[in-house]
Amino acid sequence: MRAALAAELARLVGPRWVRERAAELAAYEADGLPTHASRPALAVIPGSRRELIAVIRLLHHAAVPFVARGAGTGLSGGALADADAVLVVLTRLDRILHVDPVRRRAVVEPGVVNARLSAAALPHGLHYAPDPSSQSACTLGGNVAENAGGPHCLKYGVTTNHVAALEVLLPDGRLVRLGSRSSEAWGPDLVGLFVGSEGMFGIATEITLRLEPVPAGVHTLLAAFASIREASEAVSGIIAAGIVPAAMEMMDQACIRAVEASIYAAGYPADAAAVLLVEVDGSPESAREEAALVEALLRRHRATEVRTATAAPERARLWQGRKKAFGAMGRIAPDLAVQDAVVPRSALPDILDRVAAIAAAYRLDVANVFHAGDGNLHPNISFDSRDPDMVARVHAANHDIMHACLAAGGSITGEHGVGSDKLEYMPAAFDADTLGAMRAVRQVFDPALRANPGKVIPTHACREWRRGRPR
Amino acid sequence: MSHDVLHRLRALLGDASVSRDPDGIPRAVPDSAEGVAATLRLADQAGWRVRLEGHGSWVPPDAQADLALTTRGLDRIVSVKPADLVATVEAGVPMDGLQRRLADDGMWLALDPPGRPDRTIGSVVATATAGALRAGYGPVRDHVLGCTVVTGDGRLIHPGGTVVKNVAGYDLTKLQVGGFGAFGVLSTLHLRLRALPAAEATLVARAPRDHLTSAARDVSDAGVQPHALELLSPAVSAEPEWTLAARCVGSPAGVAAEKGRILDTADLPWEELPPERAHAFWHLVTHAGSGAAMTLRLGVLAPGLDEMLDLLGQQLDEGLVWAGASQGGMRWAGDAEPDRVRTLRNLAAEREVPLTLERAPWAVRQAVGHFGAYREGVGPLVTQLREVFDPTGRLVVAMDGLES
Repeated sequence: MRAALAAELARLVGPRWVRERAAELAAYEADGLPTHASRPALAVIPGSRRELIAVIRLLHHAAVPFVARGAGTGLSGGALADADAVLVVLTRLDRILHVDPVRRRAVVEPGVVNARLSAAALPHGLHYAPDPSSQSACTLGGNVAENAGGPHCLKYGVTTNHVAALEVLLPDGRLVRLGSRSSEAWGPDLVGLFVGSEGMFGIATEITLRLEPVPAGVHTLLAAFASIREASEAVSGIIAAGIVPAAMEMMDQACIRAVEASIYAAGYPADAAAVLLVEVDGSPESAREEAALVEALLRRHRATEVRTATAAPERARLWQGRKKAFGAMGRIAPDLAVQDAVVPRSALPDILDRVAAIAAAYRLDVANVFHAGDGNLHPNISFDSRDPDMVARVHAANHDIMHACLAAGGSITGEHGVGSDKLEYMPAAFDADTLGAMRAVRQVFDPALRANPGKVIPTHACREWRRGRPR
Repeated sequence: MSHDVLHRLRALLGDASVSRDPDGIPRAVPDSAEGVAATLRLADQAGWRVRLEGHGSWVPPDAQADLALTTRGLDRIVSVKPADLVATVEAGVPMDGLQRRLADDGMWLALDPPGRPDRTIGSVVATATAGALRAGYGPVRDHVLGCTVVTGDGRLIHPGGTVVKNVAGYDLTKLQVGGFGAFGVLSTLHLRLRALPAAEATLVARAPRDHLTSAARDVSDAGVQPHALELLSPAVSAEPEWTLAARCVGSPAGVAAEKGRILDTADLPWEELPPERAHAFWHLVTHAGSGAAMTLRLGVLAPGLDEMLDLLGQQLDEGLVWAGASQGGMRWAGDAEPDRVRTLRNLAAEREVPLTLERAPWAVRQAVGHFGAYREGVGPLVTQLREVFDPTGRLVVAMDGLES
């Protein structure tokens, strides 16, 4: 069965692009999250939209489930396939089809790497605003599936705010066109519904994205604080003052030390309990004015030191530590459980205390590096996956952190998605009717439940949903 | 029949929450999401067709139905959190009252939808009606963090949440924004707010239309992005000529600089309006079309404005027109026969421009539909999604018209 399918797939895409040996498939066992692994039956890597359509139609006729995958940088175990499913790898669909500087739109294939699009738009004075930390590797198709965020989403919005239209290959091999070049659609907002559906509604084969002008003035400020609470209060103070920075990122002491001990050392004050990185942009005049306001607010909230950079190289240096924080933390422990949760911004100071208390209770080391401006936490727990007791404590701590964030009025994920990692928390986030509606909506796109099966919606927790009679 | 409807509703909601609307059909005025759900469950059991309305100003209360369901009783501002810049409000809260309440705390909902000041926030969201500020603050969908929706068969669902960043579960809220009530009745909304701006300026220029569109292009090409850059037909601003209006919002130095750049790049007879006149001007712009029978939106981008304005003039009229001169989007208000709208929709579709019928008498909505010209494969998805949220077809909403 498996061999026959592999042969048929090879006929469609060429034998070189079908992976079936265990050693080859090992590369596809996990995404960016080390706590989940699963080996697919096969992996197929189509080289064109036409090949992709043929692959999905073949899988549909053979009733074989599939999981679409981009660069595999996801952090929710969302792009993992079980032994009965085929992994459809989209990295070869990597053409930027069109950059239209007049309309400020780009049309891309799903395998285009995020940073490549901004590079292609730069000669026109434009860029693609969402900038996940993995932007040098992650694909735009994956960004659409996960509704990816990034530091600059505070001001510019997440992926869903930048997708105008999609061509979608439904799991049964039909093509549909959603949205339009403009903000008006041919029907209800199915683009908004599709973005963030985590590969369970189909595969975006062609993505029309909005491009934004590169701001003329950018100021980056780095502030050090003697306590994480003071840093959090500075965040609230800036938001309450009506300033919307382009980005507002926080790192705690554990994170600062990891960065400074690594090759990515950015010269952060190593004795600080927290550093806050604030970027303001716009016209040169407004950026300058906002930077002065932000600096005053930072000092008012007892920043022990504030550094400002305007020239690109200095700004890049201040950012380097933040951008490489995950890599730096990865060096100090065998494994890193990267978490993602959201709280209302006013709850930041309390929740950070709570996270620290939870980590202490389970005898774990936690380092925080996160999007403070929108309350999007990333408490990262260092651990050793060879130690089963420690793994169990990590799991228990994550459980407690998720429930604490929900209790504060927050969400279980701000940008990484539910995938398989957060499945167990969904019943705490949504009631049975809401989960039932989500499942029913998924069945509109994928009645046979073959696209990325088993993710996002815990089926057992859904109330049965009454479907309409045909009208 | 209608007697029985009235009787059963009164038993359910109480006498005070049931009346007859001007057409003589029973009208339910529930004051809670549970009341909406109970009403819809009763309608479901009884096989009634239900039409939705807020204050009856933007969603016309004229569809053929057995029961009118209004959200005007859902009029509580549940919570306003200045530190989080988030508010939770019921769908029947009037826009003007909401903005006044938010201003007390130094905040606002950065939307300036057309229509009467007392139109409900639910109608703004259900019809995705944004005004000139969409250029700077985005369409309605960008302001809605989550909601409570009552399905056609009376279930409550709660997609999204109250935080500004959230990817938990499928984004069912997006379907509700601009869904015209076809996917359920919005009862509560979680909204993203902004702090009131420190500074603001409004510049207006009057000139022949093509001078204005060309000047607007120069502004955009120079990378200047005011929060609104709206082209207005003579009837909208009650002037003999077309008007280009720019609204700059932000910090004092930022606003001053942006203003300077607009004056430098766009060679037009600009006039800066003092604050009171600016306020009156935008009020006029927002409410100019309230008396018209119909409004429709065209999803045109700025480079296509001139062509689409010509087409609009040929097919309908050049009466009340608002057009986004930087980010695109166009609204027309007036009166037209369904055939004319259908023809315009087809001509626009040939130019890759979708036409959304925002508001019209029932006969026009029924004939033309809010959407109509779906793209490849979209029609069956919309039909099936309606079946998810309204399994027995209780909610009377003309999504796709009789023919397209």
